Amino acid sequence: MYKIESKNVDFFYGASQALKNINIAIKPNTVTALIGPSGCGKSTYLRLFNRMNDLIDNTKIAGQVLIDGEDIYAKGVNVDSLRKKVGMVFQKPNPFPKTIFENVAYGLRVNGITDKKLIEERVETTIKQVVLWDEVKDKLKKSAFELSGGQQQRLCIARALAIQPSVVLMDEPTSALDPISTAKVEELIYELKTKYTIVIVTHNMQQAGRVSDTTAFFYMGELIEHDTTKTIFTNPKIERTQNYITGRFG
Amino acid sequence: MNHLDIELQQLKAETMKMWLLVNLQLTKGKESLLNLDKDLAREVILSERRVNAYELKLDRDCENIFALFNPLAVDLRFVLAVLKINNNLERIGDYVEGIAKFVLNVDSNFDTKLLEITRVVEMFAAANNMMETVLEAFDKEDTSIARKVFQQDELLDDINIKANSIIADYIRNHPDNIDATLYLLSIIRKLERVGDQAKNMAEEIIFYIEAKVLRHRSKVEKNK
Repeated sequence: MYKIESKNVDFFYGASQALKNINIAIKPNTVTALIGPSGCGKSTYLRLFNRMNDLIDNTKIAGQVLIDGEDIYAKGVNVDSLRKKVGMVFQKPNPFPKTIFENVAYGLRVNGITDKKLIEERVETTIKQVVLWDEVKDKLKKSAFELSGGQQQRLCIARALAIQPSVVLMDEPTSALDPISTAKVEELIYELKTKYTIVIVTHNMQQAGRVSDTTAFFYMGELIEHDTTKTIFTNPKIERTQNYITGRFG
Repeated sequence: MNHLDIELQQLKAETMKMWLLVNLQLTKGKESLLNLDKDLAREVILSERRVNAYELKLDRDCENIFALFNPLAVDLRFVLAVLKINNNLERIGDYVEGIAKFVLNVDSNFDTKLLEITRVVEMFAAANNMMETVLEAFDKEDTSIARKVFQQDELLDDINIKANSIIADYIRNHPDNIDATLYLLSIIRKLERVGDQAKNMAEEIIFYIEAKVLRHRSKVEKNK
């Protein structure tokens, strides 16, 4: 059983087609990297999984996107509960202008959890999960903006994980971080894989190589090749993929 | 051409320089043996230092490319192949040095007829030929040329196998000349190994161009 499946997916921004007939099946507890040049459609594709593109006017999707076998674009689907199941982390750390504690507790509160003890417990385990606890345990009441960029990004990952999703989407999660913070986030992705299905957009080839199990290469709205990461980086079957990953593009 | 392409081309050029040097060593080794030319043998032994220096340089060049450029796919396979070919070439250099040392140590009354009956000259020619074939395949990036050496190697294997009984016969008839005869047997073994190394290099070329691993495969599979 696949965790995520997309079947013949087309996507349009107005009249311009951003995705053409994308078919991908993603197994649970794996990391899938989406790579490709800017504008190839990989971020658009990522945002389909939690219906983030719904927020953009004049867009249209055709085909099916299934999560746990259910079509998330079917009529009657509750987008809020979908987003509870499918968390997201963005390129730039975007903590709320709140305390460190409240950033992580936020998702729980908006989901109606009021039990103070439960919230405290969940905040602590989640911050521990992203290996941030030792760094912030004495300043939970301080503003999240006091943290470094790398810490903020891990806090945002904790915020996404606090509501216990089963899928985590990451859109270039380390592109604004220094190498040490990047290594921490990558290490975290590796550990999170045991509990979550992760889809990550990255421009960093080595990062895709380090963290992902499978890699999908997009070009001009088309899925060119999707295979195990090992195959893509040692012996891709399609020349265009090879040209891209070896930096001989265009 | 991007920066990595330039680095890879330089790596290829350096590898070919080492290769030409090793081929020349092999030719000089043959000449020194045929003519029992001790001066030439000394020259071979001295030049072996250059082969060793090339080995160290190519190793370092590969290490730098890995560290600085993170090559992938065909580029990665190319650098991996060069790393191994470098090893093979250095080993061939060692074999030829061994042959030159033999020439240096052998008595002047060495029976040159032995060279003929053991077909060692033929072996030298075949080994040289193989080395040139693989070099051409490397230069032109042509795996069909590389595949030719699998066939060529059979001649070396054949001569090597037959050498045992020929040498044994000769020793029986010339018990006064055992040392030199045994030395010659070790030269035959070395030349057989040169053939194996050339074959390994051909496999590396096929690996980097076609992404196929041919090591430890049968001859029929290798020619596919």
